[in-house]
Amino acid sequence: MSASETKHAGLNLGGTDAKTHAEAEHAIFGFWIFLMSDAVIFALLFATYGVMLPATAGGPTPTSVFKIGPTFAETLLLLTSSLTYGMASVAMKHGSPLGGIHRWLAVTLLLGLIFLAFEWHDFSDMFAQGAYPTRSGFLSAFFGLVPLHGLHVIAGIVWILVMMVQLRVFGLDARVKINLLRLGLFWHFLDIVWIAIFSTVYLPGLLP
Amino acid sequence: MNGNDERRAEVRSYLVGYAGAIVMTGVAFAIVQWPIASPKLTFAAVLTLAFTQIVLQFRCFLHISLRRSARDDLQLILFSTLVVALMVGGTLVILLNLRERMM
Amino acid sequence: MTDPVWPMLLGRFTWDSLPFVRAWHNPTTNELIAAAAGGIVVVSGIAVLVLITVLRRWRWLWTEWLTSLDHKKIGILYIVIALVMLARALVEANLMRLQQAVAVGNPGFVAPEHFAELFSTHGSIMIFFMAMPFLTGLINYLVPLQIGARDVAFPVLNAISLWLTAAGAALMMASLVIGRFSTGGWSGYPPFTEIGFNPGVGPDYWIWAVTLGSLASTMTGINIAVTIYKMRCPGMKLMRMPLFTWTSLCTAILMIFAMPPLTVATALLALDRYLGFHFFTNALGGNMMHYANLFWMFGHPEVYIVILPAFGIYSEVVSTFSSKELYGYKSLVIATMAIAVLSFTVWLHHFFTMGQSASINAAFGIATMAIGVPTGVKIYNWIWTMFRGEVRFTTPMIYALAFMMTFVLGGLTGIILAFPPLDYIVHNTLFLVAHFHNMLIPGTLYGLLAAYTFWFPKVFGYRLDERWGRISCLCWIVGFYLAFMPLYVLGASGMARRTQAVMETAYRPWLYMAEAGALILLCAFAALIVQLWVSIRRRGANDVFVGDPWDGRALEWSVSAPPPEFNFARLPHVDQAHWFYDAKRKYAPYAPPIAYHDIWMLRNSAVAPVIGIASGAATFGLVWHMWWLAIFGLIVIFAAVVARSFVRDTHRVIPASEVARIDESWREATARAQPVPREIETSPANQGLALVRS
Repeated sequence: MSASETKHAGLNLGGTDAKTHAEAEHAIFGFWIFLMSDAVIFALLFATYGVMLPATAGGPTPTSVFKIGPTFAETLLLLTSSLTYGMASVAMKHGSPLGGIHRWLAVTLLLGLIFLAFEWHDFSDMFAQGAYPTRSGFLSAFFGLVPLHGLHVIAGIVWILVMMVQLRVFGLDARVKINLLRLGLFWHFLDIVWIAIFSTVYLPGLLP
Repeated sequence: MNGNDERRAEVRSYLVGYAGAIVMTGVAFAIVQWPIASPKLTFAAVLTLAFTQIVLQFRCFLHISLRRSARDDLQLILFSTLVVALMVGGTLVILLNLRERMM
Repeated sequence: MTDPVWPMLLGRFTWDSLPFVRAWHNPTTNELIAAAAGGIVVVSGIAVLVLITVLRRWRWLWTEWLTSLDHKKIGILYIVIALVMLARALVEANLMRLQQAVAVGNPGFVAPEHFAELFSTHGSIMIFFMAMPFLTGLINYLVPLQIGARDVAFPVLNAISLWLTAAGAALMMASLVIGRFSTGGWSGYPPFTEIGFNPGVGPDYWIWAVTLGSLASTMTGINIAVTIYKMRCPGMKLMRMPLFTWTSLCTAILMIFAMPPLTVATALLALDRYLGFHFFTNALGGNMMHYANLFWMFGHPEVYIVILPAFGIYSEVVSTFSSKELYGYKSLVIATMAIAVLSFTVWLHHFFTMGQSASINAAFGIATMAIGVPTGVKIYNWIWTMFRGEVRFTTPMIYALAFMMTFVLGGLTGIILAFPPLDYIVHNTLFLVAHFHNMLIPGTLYGLLAAYTFWFPKVFGYRLDERWGRISCLCWIVGFYLAFMPLYVLGASGMARRTQAVMETAYRPWLYMAEAGALILLCAFAALIVQLWVSIRRRGANDVFVGDPWDGRALEWSVSAPPPEFNFARLPHVDQAHWFYDAKRKYAPYAPPIAYHDIWMLRNSAVAPVIGIASGAATFGLVWHMWWLAIFGLIVIFAAVVARSFVRDTHRVIPASEVARIDESWREATARAQPVPREIETSPANQGLALVRS
């Protein structure tokens, strides 16, 4: 059994920190299970959206309220933040100076915040057009699904903040490392959910 | 494999994933913005691109590997996929059928 | 009386929300019953607090129990919650049966709304706050011991699950004292539970109590799955695990994937009620049938969540009291996994009559019947395990036998219901009620009670009184047949379920019979309490500190009773499935280890009680629209989670000398004890050391 053996899905610490690597195995596996359970929640909301798509009740329709420009920008922001978080993980794994990890985390945080600002702007635009959740079943389903992803992003941002403080307080101890690994899985997972959102909600809605 | 090689390989994996994701996202948005096929076909293409991109991200960002020692995780993800497929597929079949019969 | 008292602070509370005030103004039997129920909750709550204060047990309670992260203590607390809730739901069942027996051709003494509250709380409690905590408690207690681990994978998360369950149960109890519970049944179908038809607090109580239970179960599922996957002792391969651990694993997986649909269903209903969304409303494109779809996507796997652990329990009980290896271990494991997967493919049979096409109904009907196959396999396995075994008819074994016969009957009526055309005829009648009680009482309750009797000596160090155990068991069996067989007849003759008053006089004898059965079931519970009382008084005579009273097979029997805090002085190494059973016959299982080592255990933590109390307060605030309380509770939960992530001093060490002292005193007791032959294992001669015969 070599130290760099893969013990769990996700970035493995085997090559650089064997002790934390061993501890991480069940912690990361548990977090994967949580993500899958969360994925079921999202999947059901997607199914709900599919069921309620025709239920516009004479109100706004997908074509009338979705915009391709902001959606594309949001996608790029989230995708890039996934890369920058990846860079933070690599820096953490290979024992880079704390400053480097901090910088990558801060960039990720910033991208997440800009994403939220765009999303907020989208929603307020929709509200201004009379597309609010109490208007129809379709809009209820939309606002049940997409803002839930936004809430997850907010949770991720708070988590990044907490981790930045913990990095200052504790440095890179085992628990900080394991939590950074978990946070990484969470952040990449949110990116994947967003792919599903723009591909099944926004883009089909914009098709004629 | 020493530490530096490993690091370079990992960074490369993230960059490959990022580049691939950008391309697939770009194509998906482009064929919706400047349609070249019927809406049905375009939607199918968007879904296919999304699926490919998700697999790519699983591989490059989440480091899902087919190696034996991480089999538990792969089983978990495949089982989750099965459950999600049953739930989403079942819901759509049942309720769209009901809708059809009520309209 | 019906105006809000102080809306800023108390939300929509009015004096009329109190059952005591209602009974004062309108002293009918109906209102007096509600007031009495509220009174019992208040008085017994105060009595418990006074008792703890008088006995000066607050500190002990806090440090030994409430903040403990020991999986064994958490398991016991779960079962305490379950027993309290069982008592309440059983009384409610009796009230309903009594009302129906009385109300033939007249309105009876329970008003329709109150009757609806009774069947809603009865169902919600029995599933979410009786069956679930009971089996979660058993899994918590037993799984780490059975796989040779010191604790579960995430002890803090485990304690949080317990406290969320407790908060949900507390909310159910609060609904007796303040306001009224939902009248929408345990499944809470909209649009009846929407704000338009039900503007009161009832459905909100239901939503939040169930949501807390659902979140707790999801977290328990994650915890148990990781524990079983990653924390088995050396040599404990998957196919060497005891069957109870196997069924626990499948249950955990079902919890992980089947609880989210419930969370989604209740959350969307809450969005409808609180923010005016249109998921399940009549107007503006709401789709109420989607609720049924979501709910039963949870609801059917839930049936197997509560039944699979019982299958594991019966496997252990039957094999132990037949002194035989389980027949067809592999087929039992495969059958369990098959049931777990198939349970995700049948949910539509709960709403065959919704109006979808016949071919969809047929597909789900066939899938439903297919589940009968792996279940049938299991019944044969247990029968063949007993065949030519040395069967002893102890209490757990009687439960197991009663289960096998009764469960097969329930399965047969299940096959009837799986035919969509037949289901059209009997759906929503008492036939259905009889069917699912016929599955859940033997399939879950008997199993839980068998487990309670079987493992009680392991948990507390003394055996339960056998005579009272058998009396209780007999009452559960006779009571069940008397209470539910008549319901098949009534259902087949067209009596709708959830009926508050009956016009058809021909139903009367059957309703009397059912009421008699319900009373006997109540006696069964009373006998259970007497048994506990008698056993505590005679605990000296029934002491089994050595820890192996039934010549057990799995690892939990290889340690003292009760087990030390760290479970195993040295983690076991196993080389086969029934390692302990075999070791008793071939080697010296009680030989001390070569050396003792320091053991690291988790320190107590107040984070779980804080989160539990805060979530109880927050959801109570949501029910009553006391927004300040809801926000405050959520902030406390968030702060507690973040604060916990900053705690680094989480472990304490039990020095090797202390481990040695505890372990050696137990080994000395094993050396002193007289081995007991199987024939007299229920007599005081049983000191917890089994006489080994091969």
